[in-house]
Amino acid sequence: MRNQHPVEMILFRQVASYLTIPIWMMDDAGNLAYYNEPAEQLLGVRFDDVGPLHADKIGEVFEFTDLEGEPLPDDELPIVLALKTKSPHHGELRFRRPDDGWRDISVTAIPIEGQGDRFVGVFATFWEIRA
Amino acid sequence: MRIRLWGTRGSIAVSGPDTLRYGGDTAAVEVQCAGGNLLILDGGSGIRALKSPYEAVDRVDILLSHLHMDHVQGLPFFPPLLDPDIEVHVWGPGSTTQTLRERISRYLSPPLFPVRVRELANVAFHDVLPGEFEIGDIRITADLITHPGATLGYRLAEHNSTVAYMPDHEPALGHPRFPGLAEWTSGFALAEGADLLIHDAQYRDDEYVDRVGWGHSSISHLAAFTDMTRPRRLVTFHHDPAHTDDDLDLLHETLGAQIANGSELVAGVAGLIVDT
Repeated sequence: MRNQHPVEMILFRQVASYLTIPIWMMDDAGNLAYYNEPAEQLLGVRFDDVGPLHADKIGEVFEFTDLEGEPLPDDELPIVLALKTKSPHHGELRFRRPDDGWRDISVTAIPIEGQGDRFVGVFATFWEIRA
Repeated sequence: MRIRLWGTRGSIAVSGPDTLRYGGDTAAVEVQCAGGNLLILDGGSGIRALKSPYEAVDRVDILLSHLHMDHVQGLPFFPPLLDPDIEVHVWGPGSTTQTLRERISRYLSPPLFPVRVRELANVAFHDVLPGEFEIGDIRITADLITHPGATLGYRLAEHNSTVAYMPDHEPALGHPRFPGLAEWTSGFALAEGADLLIHDAQYRDDEYVDRVGWGHSSISHLAAFTDMTRPRRLVTFHHDPAHTDDDLDLLHETLGAQIANGSELVAGVAGLIVDT
């Protein structure tokens, strides 16, 4: 049998595809599974052009720093913290778009758990911080 | 495995001259395993008619897909549940807050029913989560599928034979361009390449339009799901209670014309026996 996402991820992706807020989803192994069209607008790249992405490859596509421009280790990203701790995390950071433009964003990441304490992934919503 | 359909109707049992051929009882499927185990998929009204097989065994395993009434209503009318000489194991989904036993107790207790769970004879309840478990020689894979409330689909494997059972399933729910990628399709892993797929076939396409989110398949979606998963045989299930035998003949004609990958279409009529 081939791999298939858990139904909680499948349904959440369906919901995300209808939302107007940016949504980023990772599976339980930290692989980028999906982001929606509002996220594509903010990130500056279509999901189909880069994803899905293995956890080790995400840093090659997206560059993150703190708001002062200092490099931000992967394990300090809210979504990675949510993945590791299985609890919600929030933070502010800066990322570089493929067009080299930088954006400051606020991120809230929340674990997705199914019945039986099954941890199936994490989703994050994010929005631009405007001065 | 030898599969026999005892109840194939969805939602509510029906009777009358217009439903004699496909049958009016709700979900119940007998699985006679080569190794001697007797499994029953769901406990709808069809389980009441299931008589002779359990007389030769001292254990029966009932796998519930979910607890909607058309899948459990027949349970208290199944004689082994009241027979202390037969060990009955009931497998099925708990909820996020209640065990399977607690959930079934809501039906098997007054005022909905006079007999309580604790009055059943020799019954054990097992909460099933997505994953694998074994009953005798049968390896069972369970996974949650798209249908309102916790609903499991099952894949049964014995030696080289596989049966997938998804009686209530809406694989296209919310999908803007179904079918899409297999990895994002509910039930795909359970059904892929099965020797026999027993699957929800409740709605004509024009009916589905007004029933999106009810947890069932349209004929076009079932055809697409079948082409995607490529079972050797597809048996239709969970027939709409409003559909007469003649309606279902037409529905199968339409479905057969849409299946393009070579899967054999078998109409799910009560009493049907299929060997895998």
